[in-house]
Amino acid sequence: MIGLGLPRGFLITLKNFVRPPVTEQYPDRHVGLLGAAKEAGMNPVHFLFKRPGDSIKAIAGLATVPVAVTQSSRFRGNEFTFYEDRCTACASCAKYCPLGIIEIASVPGQIDAQEGESYKLEVFDIDIGRCMFCGLCVEACPYDALHMGTDFERSKYVRDELVITKEELFAAPKRPSAFYRPQFEEKRFDPFQETIDDYHNAGRHERPSDEELKRKWVDER
Amino acid sequence: MAVKTQPVTVNLGPQHPSTHGVFRMRVMFDGEEIVDVEPVFGYLHRGSEKLAEERTYTQIVTLTDRMDYVSSMLNNQAYILAVEKLAGIEPSPRGVWLRMIAGELQRIASHLVATGFLLQDLGALGTPLIYSMRERENILDLFEMLCGARITNSYLRPGGVFMDAPGEFWPALDRGLDDIVRSIDDLETYLSGNEIVFSRTKGTAVLPQELLINASITGPMLRASGVDWDLRHRAPYDYYDRISFERKLHTASDNYARYWVRVQEARESVNIIRQCIDQIEPGPVRPSFDDVPRLIRPPSGDAYAAIEGSKGELGFYLVSDGGIAPYRMHVRSSSLINLTLLRDMLIGGQFGDLFVTFGSVDLNMGEVDR
Ligand code: SF4
Ligand code: SF4
Repeated sequence: MIGLGLPRGFLITLKNFVRPPVTEQYPDRHVGLLGAAKEAGMNPVHFLFKRPGDSIKAIAGLATVPVAVTQSSRFRGNEFTFYEDRCTACASCAKYCPLGIIEIASVPGQIDAQEGESYKLEVFDIDIGRCMFCGLCVEACPYDALHMGTDFERSKYVRDELVITKEELFAAPKRPSAFYRPQFEEKRFDPFQETIDDYHNAGRHERPSDEELKRKWVDER
Repeated sequence: MAVKTQPVTVNLGPQHPSTHGVFRMRVMFDGEEIVDVEPVFGYLHRGSEKLAEERTYTQIVTLTDRMDYVSSMLNNQAYILAVEKLAGIEPSPRGVWLRMIAGELQRIASHLVATGFLLQDLGALGTPLIYSMRERENILDLFEMLCGARITNSYLRPGGVFMDAPGEFWPALDRGLDDIVRSIDDLETYLSGNEIVFSRTKGTAVLPQELLINASITGPMLRASGVDWDLRHRAPYDYYDRISFERKLHTASDNYARYWVRVQEARESVNIIRQCIDQIEPGPVRPSFDDVPRLIRPPSGDAYAAIEGSKGELGFYLVSDGGIAPYRMHVRSSSLINLTLLRDMLIGGQFGDLFVTFGSVDLNMGEVDR
């Protein structure tokens, strides 16, 4: 009954005891003097003399720095990234959503000589409180207008505020996830550092030049 | 002097932390001994099978994630195999390899959860659970790289997977596999030779082989009694016929054997993944939309496909009437069927072993109730 099993087990526990922790503190990370100095971009001695108040706080364990959460660029988060200029109001996304939580209403817009008839988006609401971030709407969008976002903090006190409206979608920072968008991965786009503000750059093809467009739409017709 | 006792009925659950979800047991004790057990389930019923009847075949993938939520990739795989059989879809080879890798990773994660919680139920408060959760975290990070989600993956599509693995996935997978092997070694050192684990799990809740077969129990529970039944070997699906792996069997059929089989299987899964990495070939990961459209309309008929899930045979039965949604979907959930022997395992046992035995079945209420 009594053997080496238990002491060997405790050795493993001891080994893990001295391992650095793998857990992340959230939303802020408490740092000591070294961490605080690193965050301020100074060496610790410098920091101690230049900012004694902050140093005492850091030594007391009260200094916090924001956590840089490491996520994959394919992370399917909320705050959908939406490019109005790419959207044709085709409603594929609304049809493909398993929960039917995307509401789209459109009216015929003006007729453009080059690009044909276009529809104007009146309503584009996503009831994100019921969304399960499956990404099927993004997969269905034929024009790369809708992308998953990379954010994950959206707590609200009222459920109605969980409905993302068209205006909110336009205003949200354009940090599209690389989910189902291999073109972002090819460009090594990092949604946690950069944004894609120009809608031309969000598509799956290179942006055509003006001559190419003229040749395609005017000369060849 | 014999102590005079009187049977007393106790309600355990549904909000009990050791019930792996919401599960209720009405247990009658006589002193420390269990004299009767009545399982009550259905608290986690979400009607997935009914919901599936009004969703298209691709949309249902998201529902299968939520059945057994600690092994969603395997649920995806079983469902997709049924759809492919029903609609006669020829999957893309690279997609098949990728979903095998994802499925085996998920099996390791699921077995780690089962082991961690089993030890938690034994009274090892925290330590083994935290170690196994730490390793599972690495696997979930790999899933995030593959498909952008950690638990509710929805990675598979009829004919393959939705997107190829990114470049940084392969080195991370290599590193992850080495870590997993190292941590399984650790786990075995501090648990498989641990005298306390021995004395608590060996010889408890022994189930005879015939009973297991008659109750159509599958998975690690069956293999712990010495029956060599693994669908990956008996009825190879996907490309398991091109993989050689050892089936780990134990003969004791007690709580320890069930734990041991899971740990060994996790180790075998690492071998399987390594073989998949060697054999994977470049190419598309899913058929083109001309071959497999977004809106699949399988011909009328029915199909059943089963895989060796982390808990046993996981099967999906689909009936099509030619429409865009199945006429009926039925899930052969291994958790539910493995639960049917609960009375045989518990009656006559001690109160202290109740949750250990329950944990050794490794069930997931999300899959039992669906
Ligand atoms: S992510 Fe899924 S649930 Fe959410 S809106 Fe898109 S399709 Fe619907
Ligand atoms: S599928 Fe894309 S283009 Fe069509 S309505 Fe939705 S966002 Fe717009």
